[in-house]
Amino acid sequence: MAQAEQALKVKSSGRFWRRLKLLTESPIGVAGAMLVLFWVFVAIFAPWLAPYDPNANNYEALADPLPNDMFLLGTDNQGRDILSRIIWGSRTVLIVAPVATFCAYVVGCILGLLSGYYRGWVDSVISRLADILLSFPAIVLYILIIMRLGPSAINVIVAVIFVASPQIIRIVRGITLEQRELDYVTAAKMRGESAIYIMLVEILPNTRGPLIVDSCLRMGYTTIQIGVLGFLGLGLPPPDPDWGGMVQETYSMMSTWPHMSLYPAIAISSLVVGFSLLADGLREISLRD
Amino acid sequence: MSSPATLRKTAAVTVAAKPILELRDVKISYITRAGRIDVVPALSFSLAKGEALGLVGESGCGKSTVAYAIMKYLGGAGRITNGQILFNGQDMASMSEDQLRQIRGSKLAMVYQDPMSSLNPTMRIGRQLEEVPMLHMKVGREEARQRAIRFLGEVNLPDPELIMERYPHQLSGGQQQRVVIAMALMAEPDLLVMDEPTTGLDVTVEAAVLDLVAQLRHKHDTAIIFISHNLGTVLRVCDRVGVMYFGELVEEGPIKEVFANPRHPYTRGLLDSIPTMGADKHSRRLSPIAGQVPSALARPVGCGFASRCSFCEPATCTTVPIPTIAIPGEARHQAKCVRLSELPPHRRFQVVPGEATAEIAKSGETVLGIDHLYKIYRPSGTIFDSKPAEVRALTDIELSAERGRTLAIVGESGCGKSSLAKVLTGIEVATQGKVKLIDWEIGHVPVEKRNQAQKKSIQMVFQNPDSTLNPSHTVGFAIRRALQRLRGISASQAKTQAAELLRLVNLPMEFVNRRPRQLSGGQKQRVAIARALAGDPALIIADEPVSALDVSVQAAIINLLIDLQDKRDATLVFISHDLSVVRFLADHVAVMYLGRVVEYGTVEQVYAPPYHPYTEALLSAAPVAEVGKERERIILEGTIPSATKQIPGCPFASRCPRKIGSICDDQPPPEHVTQQGHRIACHIPLGDLAKLNTRAAE
Repeated sequence: MAQAEQALKVKSSGRFWRRLKLLTESPIGVAGAMLVLFWVFVAIFAPWLAPYDPNANNYEALADPLPNDMFLLGTDNQGRDILSRIIWGSRTVLIVAPVATFCAYVVGCILGLLSGYYRGWVDSVISRLADILLSFPAIVLYILIIMRLGPSAINVIVAVIFVASPQIIRIVRGITLEQRELDYVTAAKMRGESAIYIMLVEILPNTRGPLIVDSCLRMGYTTIQIGVLGFLGLGLPPPDPDWGGMVQETYSMMSTWPHMSLYPAIAISSLVVGFSLLADGLREISLRD
Repeated sequence: MSSPATLRKTAAVTVAAKPILELRDVKISYITRAGRIDVVPALSFSLAKGEALGLVGESGCGKSTVAYAIMKYLGGAGRITNGQILFNGQDMASMSEDQLRQIRGSKLAMVYQDPMSSLNPTMRIGRQLEEVPMLHMKVGREEARQRAIRFLGEVNLPDPELIMERYPHQLSGGQQQRVVIAMALMAEPDLLVMDEPTTGLDVTVEAAVLDLVAQLRHKHDTAIIFISHNLGTVLRVCDRVGVMYFGELVEEGPIKEVFANPRHPYTRGLLDSIPTMGADKHSRRLSPIAGQVPSALARPVGCGFASRCSFCEPATCTTVPIPTIAIPGEARHQAKCVRLSELPPHRRFQVVPGEATAEIAKSGETVLGIDHLYKIYRPSGTIFDSKPAEVRALTDIELSAERGRTLAIVGESGCGKSSLAKVLTGIEVATQGKVKLIDWEIGHVPVEKRNQAQKKSIQMVFQNPDSTLNPSHTVGFAIRRALQRLRGISASQAKTQAAELLRLVNLPMEFVNRRPRQLSGGQKQRVAIARALAGDPALIIADEPVSALDVSVQAAIINLLIDLQDKRDATLVFISHDLSVVRFLADHVAVMYLGRVVEYGTVEQVYAPPYHPYTEALLSAAPVAEVGKERERIILEGTIPSATKQIPGCPFASRCPRKIGSICDDQPPPEHVTQQGHRIACHIPLGDLAKLNTRAAE
């Protein structure tokens, strides 16, 4: 008996590891996780990994910016080491993308739960507002918001919330509409639970299946969008390295010095692909469970 | 209609004929990441032309897998890893995809449980039906159309030409299933595989579909494999039955012999776990089969049923593979049990006629009183339709339930039984009338506004075991939370109390840390019952609590409900469509039709003449798994009228086989009340009803 209890305890604490082990069964998921973890590692250890100060100009290098023994990925139009800039730039994207996505989720889940649970006019107001935001092309919305608020990390996050949360509202609202009709919600009402309790403790945990997959995908989108903002000059203010900004500063020299914009572009796409593959892997696992 | 005598004759004639379908040592495996799972180790049987074989067993016994294997529809992971399936003498494994496509639909057809999944929702019925002969018989559209109309007529659908123009969603479930059957029969297949074809249907509709299948089978001489978990429905359609357990055919033989004298302990267990007609909780207990179907990942050497069998002898049953043994003196009856000759003879429980069942003592105290209750849904207008029709879900309901007793509410879908439960629980509020719970008037109080004592006094057990528990929470959390909310006790007290409740519903302590997906359907229902008991309620509403469970598990849950009621002296409102379960469990019964109570009385009164014509039809339609107890069926035609219509007369008039004239349509029926409190709402006087009923029974 005691042994069985012990075994059960081990089992329940091992849930996370079991899931992780499950993920290793999906080759696509493993590939995605490796890519993402690679960039996380790079971002964390940037000060030790980067060979140079990312903002230091080496004017001698301007004569020959091509990759060589000193600058493994070459230098950019201002003589800055591209490798160091990519390494430091990973910090920006890996902080801004998850924080922005998380904030969008908080807003999206709260509004989605409210509109799905209460329905009626609450739903009408929230859904119509979401529809209005969805009717703008995302990029136009970004430009409008950043132009209005000015480029900064915080404002990028605000813009991501406006762009991403309407879609999250729709997903959460759909799940809530379905879940609120289930018997366990009726049972909760019958023992006198408050609406907030039912939404947060009963319904919200059951949205996590689709949301975990979606959050990975969305992290990828956000990475692209941050890149796009950087490219449009609406990202983080210079001179701090920003992958999108790096492309923007050098793309005019693409025909002569393609490496200047190519390497940061590869960095962006590898991270995006990593997130997408991870999402695919997670979906594969969730379908099997 | 064919009588049992002709049934037997066809079966006898076809014995010698070449089999339509023959399975030889078929092994079916699923290839998964966890390894190869042999769901069916070695299955052999044959089916002659025109013969009907029923496959019964609990869920997870491989019945459907066999059906899909025959159709060669096993999907990506399923393989036939050994043996042969011969169709008309030809090995199906050697057929090419083209050959398979030619025989599927034309020689071999399948009817699934959910008719909507076999019909294309975007196409008119007519076009879907025409396709079959156009494809398989290469006839023109006009001829195909004529054929489609003829077959729709054959499955007893009124106005075939009108049906041809409809879309699937415009038909009722019973009509859809008939369309599917018509579609399956149109190419006059040699073999029809039916996988739970009536499981989702109401009893009266089910009865009509079963009769139809039996009738068409003789007309077209089609062989049938009929899969069902309901032993009664199999008895109606089939002449042979195969009992499947754990992927093996544990007993097989002529259905009447098998049901009258079951040999394998599993067959006996299945038959013992269903209430026999006439028995009630005072006369016997149901005998569930302990445990559950084991995982196919670890198949034991010996008998697969050994772990659940009360006759198991470890040395003989679990060490060597079990042979299938022919039963001496009974042709074609065989069972897979080594102790066959040693087992004691089996006797099904029989009520001794004339033996009076215990008289229900009036406890006197009324816990629930429903007085002239109405529930009318008035949908709010939209910009397109400012005055939509109102739905009358409940009309003038008058019922009461006493402390410690069970009030059963019976009726088909749409009769208002779930609306009644919603009003009682406060999910909806009454439009008019009163609901009195102990001393409180609760009919107009939504659940959010009920006080602590009222919430505590009324709890509910739901139908669907899969949605009754929150998949994200552990069993312990669900029960503890209910205890804390309803009794207002501390977390540590709740912990010990939760353990107590788990023990009460016969679940092991370890279950507190389990999540719902780790539980079987029966276990989930036990947890739901424990949760409902947390507040020690005076009234428990159970909305079809066992209808989604296997019969073996159903028996255990029913026993549990009876025990708990005895221990806790709680009142139970038991909503069900299963008349034998109601007969077994209830003290009082209310029969509902279209939002009205048409008959009410003690269980003895309702299950004996005089019956309301609707009760009579329901009783005659209920499938009974007892040989020699089959009744003459009263088939109800048509469908339940829409609840949006105002019906001036009797609600049942449009389908009533005993309608006496226009008075039924124009005037509401008077309610006859006997001195013992038996109420029947009908224009026919009680004396005449009793005479009509007994005449029909003879």
